Amino acid sequence: MSVPSRTLAAEVREATGINVATCYQCGKCSAGCPMASESDLRPHNVMRLVMQDRRKDALGDQSIWLCLTCETCSARCPNGCDPARVIDAVREIAIEAGGADMPRTIAAFHRAFLQQIRSNGRLHEMGMVVEYKLRSGDLVKDANNVPAMVSRGKLSLLPDRIDGLAEIKRIFEKCGVTP
Amino acid sequence: MSRIGVFVCHCGENIARTVDCAAVAEALKDHPGVAVAEDYKYMCSDPGQALVKKAIEDNNLTGVVIAACSPHMHEKTFRRACDQAGLNKFMCEMANVREHCSWIHEDRGEATDKAIDITRTIVEKVKHNRPLESIHIPVTKRALVIGGGIAGIQAALDIADGGHEVVLIEKEASIGGHMSQLSETFPTLDCSQCILTPRMVEAYQHPNIKLHTWSEVEKVEGYIGNFEVTIRKKARSVDEDLCNGCGDCQAACPAKRIPSEFEAGLGKRTAIYVPFPQAVPNIPVLDRENCTLFKGRRKGLAKDVCGKCKEACLKAAIDFDTEDTFVTEAVGAIVVATGFKLYDIGREQPEGLKGYGEYGYGEVPDVIDGLQFERLASASGPTEGAILRPSDGKEPKTVVFVHCVGSRDPEKGISYCSKICCMYNAKHAMLYKHKVHDGRAIAFYMDIRAAGKGYDEFSRRAIEEDGAEYVRGRVSRIFREGDKVKVWGYDTLSGEQVVIDADMVVLATAMRPQDGIRELAQKLSVSTDEHGFINEAHPKLRPVETNTAGVFVAGACQAPRDIPDAVAMASATGAKVLGLFSADELEREPAVAVVDENTCIGCMRCELVCPYGAIEQREICAVDGHVCGQVAYVNPGVCQGCGTCQAVCLSKSVELQTFTDEQIFSEINALAYWE
Amino acid sequence: MTDVAYYPGCSLHGTSREFDESLRAVAAELGIGLAEIADWSCCGASSGHTTDHLLGVALPARNLALAEAQGFDTVLAPCAACYNRLSAARLAIATEDGLAERIPDVLGRPFANSVEVHNAVELLRDASATIEQKVAVAVAPNPLKGVKLAAYYGCLLVRPFEVCGYDDPEQPTSMDDVIEACGADAVDWDMKVECCGGAFSVSRTASVLRLGRAIIENARSHSAEAIIVACPLCHSNLDLRQKAMARRGEEPLPILFVTEMVGLALGLAPADLGMSRHFVDTAPFMTRLVKQAAERVVAEKLAKEEAAAKAAARAEKQKVSA
Repeated sequence: MSVPSRTLAAEVREATGINVATCYQCGKCSAGCPMASESDLRPHNVMRLVMQDRRKDALGDQSIWLCLTCETCSARCPNGCDPARVIDAVREIAIEAGGADMPRTIAAFHRAFLQQIRSNGRLHEMGMVVEYKLRSGDLVKDANNVPAMVSRGKLSLLPDRIDGLAEIKRIFEKCGVTP
Repeated sequence: MSRIGVFVCHCGENIARTVDCAAVAEALKDHPGVAVAEDYKYMCSDPGQALVKKAIEDNNLTGVVIAACSPHMHEKTFRRACDQAGLNKFMCEMANVREHCSWIHEDRGEATDKAIDITRTIVEKVKHNRPLESIHIPVTKRALVIGGGIAGIQAALDIADGGHEVVLIEKEASIGGHMSQLSETFPTLDCSQCILTPRMVEAYQHPNIKLHTWSEVEKVEGYIGNFEVTIRKKARSVDEDLCNGCGDCQAACPAKRIPSEFEAGLGKRTAIYVPFPQAVPNIPVLDRENCTLFKGRRKGLAKDVCGKCKEACLKAAIDFDTEDTFVTEAVGAIVVATGFKLYDIGREQPEGLKGYGEYGYGEVPDVIDGLQFERLASASGPTEGAILRPSDGKEPKTVVFVHCVGSRDPEKGISYCSKICCMYNAKHAMLYKHKVHDGRAIAFYMDIRAAGKGYDEFSRRAIEEDGAEYVRGRVSRIFREGDKVKVWGYDTLSGEQVVIDADMVVLATAMRPQDGIRELAQKLSVSTDEHGFINEAHPKLRPVETNTAGVFVAGACQAPRDIPDAVAMASATGAKVLGLFSADELEREPAVAVVDENTCIGCMRCELVCPYGAIEQREICAVDGHVCGQVAYVNPGVCQGCGTCQAVCLSKSVELQTFTDEQIFSEINALAYWE
Repeated sequence: MTDVAYYPGCSLHGTSREFDESLRAVAAELGIGLAEIADWSCCGASSGHTTDHLLGVALPARNLALAEAQGFDTVLAPCAACYNRLSAARLAIATEDGLAERIPDVLGRPFANSVEVHNAVELLRDASATIEQKVAVAVAPNPLKGVKLAAYYGCLLVRPFEVCGYDDPEQPTSMDDVIEACGADAVDWDMKVECCGGAFSVSRTASVLRLGRAIIENARSHSAEAIIVACPLCHSNLDLRQKAMARRGEEPLPILFVTEMVGLALGLAPADLGMSRHFVDTAPFMTRLVKQAAERVVAEKLAKEEAAAKAAARAEKQKVSA
């Protein structure tokens, strides 16, 4: 991993246009964050770490992966700082740096999801679930729901593959993403 | 034939270090039209000025050029000296060879050449100067104060005590403003009305103060020293001379459930009412919007359905058929002191503002604002001073105070800090704790702004002695859950979400200018900022004047502020007005625009572009009186000498004296012609 | 009426089939033509934009480009996540430096960003008048009349405001308006826009149970008889997962898609709306509602007859005394 020459704040600004110095740490975002009780870093904490260029602390905490992207923080921020977008950007930077600190289940979910899309163009939920379980090691959970879902017609056993699959592969390639 | 004296100042080392002053004087000696050229170490000193005076007398000088510092520094000094020596002061100009030359260059040779050029251009200009006389404008020594709150009252008293008549107008039925609604004031916890009402009575009884309540400004014409203001006295339905304030009409009125504005919606009043018992004047107004009789009239009923107040009035002071009347007052100065209103968190907002949907848009019961809390705490309020919540009248045991609602919130449209809320929140927490000993007062804040005298100690008292709990963090949501008001906040100091089940929530909403402020500002030709606050002439050095000569500003209509600052500002405007009135005439520099009526074609473009409203159209009459044309006329009392009219005039008919086209072109030509 | 480009998204073909079924049924009743975008692909949902910004814009953009190429000017995306991603992509491409130039190359397709995106709630809100009319003339009595329903918007239908823009992000009313148009009572409750846990349904179920519990409790405490949703994830989190978050002895709260609700009001059969696919059984709920509606009709008829009888008696009396 190459040593970054820019500060974390500068990197975030370049990617998103956001100036994290506008955050005056009022805490309103964290007051309304639905995942605050489960995260060590709340939205305003992430803003502060970016401001202070504490790259390791920000990227190394699983909190940024616990973000639901519900946009409540950004909707209520009095200064228009858009913490949701900043957290998005920090996640991207973390992935570029190797993504080692993503919680196992969440990483497995995202990878399984994206792999499905890349292979079929659409989400084949059965296939995704299987792949997720293999990647996460979470084999037993929800197993009893599967028959119920199949009987309700909610899970199809075969994938729904699109014609323009080459376009999908092209998109992934151009974005530099390999799930 | 010009006989100009040129004097080059060394300014100690300021100019002489970089410019060879002797050489400049030498170069100018031979310039056509220059009679004498000298240099001296300090021209602005007494000997320096004496030099100028002597030269004027000895050489019969027709003009003087001082090559020295900026005219902002010493133009007045040298013009006075010339005047004393018998030379018209507008024949004296300064050539700036300091700020424009010695202070910004290093090469001595080049700087000296430039200084010579600069001096030459001014010499050429002076050849086209004409002797001018100061303009004298008569002054009407009466003042108008718009707004009868504490700032307006203070300004009126100061001017009246200074011996001049004041017309004080107030749009509500009584003077007193928001200060009359307060329970106690910080940091002394003085009873607000107890300290205010003596001033109100003094203003009412002062022989020099003429009070118009239930009145508004309709039109303003004229200029400094000579304003003509038309005041609309709204129909009160009560004769102010006959009424003796007995109150029988109010007792008789059957419409008793109208939300009272004075009680901030927490109490009720009648249709014919006096806003509060200590109102000044103690004369009721009839609210025609909510009056049963007038509702009937609007419906088109043939007969009046009520009239109980009129029947009850033993003085026959009530008349349902009055209309708004107009009064014209001639004044020389105007003070704007219209105060503030509180930001409303509701859904409907004027352009540029948003409401607080996350706090329920003002529809959640028992979520109130600061003025409403004042009415609860006030001994003469709807609950007689007991802290009881509006929904069910129960005493709240947990009250949450939320700072910065609207303020410091650019996303909602208000970027500024409202200055007073940190202080009144501390006061509210203290008052609450004094009355409900076992209650919990929790305040969510961002920063504590307590910069006044005794203020920080006061706000610390709330925490250290009265047990208020201060939590640093903003609140994300407020909503009702059963009997409680749920508050989702955050404690950034300890790093935790804080959820409170409150019985009542008090929002410290932002201070905003009054409704209608922009319309009033237009009438006065003053400007407002993006938030609607009146603009001061200079934020640091001219805080109580506006850019319109003769119009002054005091109090919260200019920016959020507390009572001591409003009073100080009001007294400052008083001083300015008394200064203005200290002479019978106003002397103004003749650096104003003048229209040559012979060449003016009357297109009035100048009027369109004049930022000060100083230009008007005039008719030109022939000898026999018939109108043969229109021309522009510049009011020398209002013109500020900006020159914009001169720039747009198609026929080159209007010129700024002391900066005529001829003078300016001669400067430019001098630069080009003389090497 | 010109057809609207229909973008079902992956969930409507799978775990939320009933949303698709009920939407098609209701659209047919209301005369709205839906034409599924040919060869549409996944919008990327949260996995796309949380891991890579460009991917999160390009995946939805492909579908907008397809709609453009197929001659449409409006896309209906009923899934809240798809709606939000498609709209966010539109905004990003319109405002971010250089993105409009880059996207066609990434897609390998031309793209003019000309197609508008709407969701099912908007569609139904705009058709409220038609819904009301049809409800009034429906043959069977409206099972939803007077029924207390909680409109649950979740996050992606209303935030960020710059992306969605059709309703208030804190106190929205569009879904409530649709509920009222169906003759039901939209309850005033507090969790309208609080997140249900979204995509963590599988990867972090405990969070979903915690958040979902708060939502269901609040709806219940405001007397809601069912919760109306317009998002497959919200539905699955509150429906499939409800058993795991329920406490002993609690009556389950049915979770209905907004399109199912409208279908019921229009007189369509629950089976035709896919309601048998729910995990929280809707049969007892429907039985109760239908019974209630029938009783109401009888009571109204009785009241009418009584009133007529009274009026006749009064008229008689007057004739006699005259």
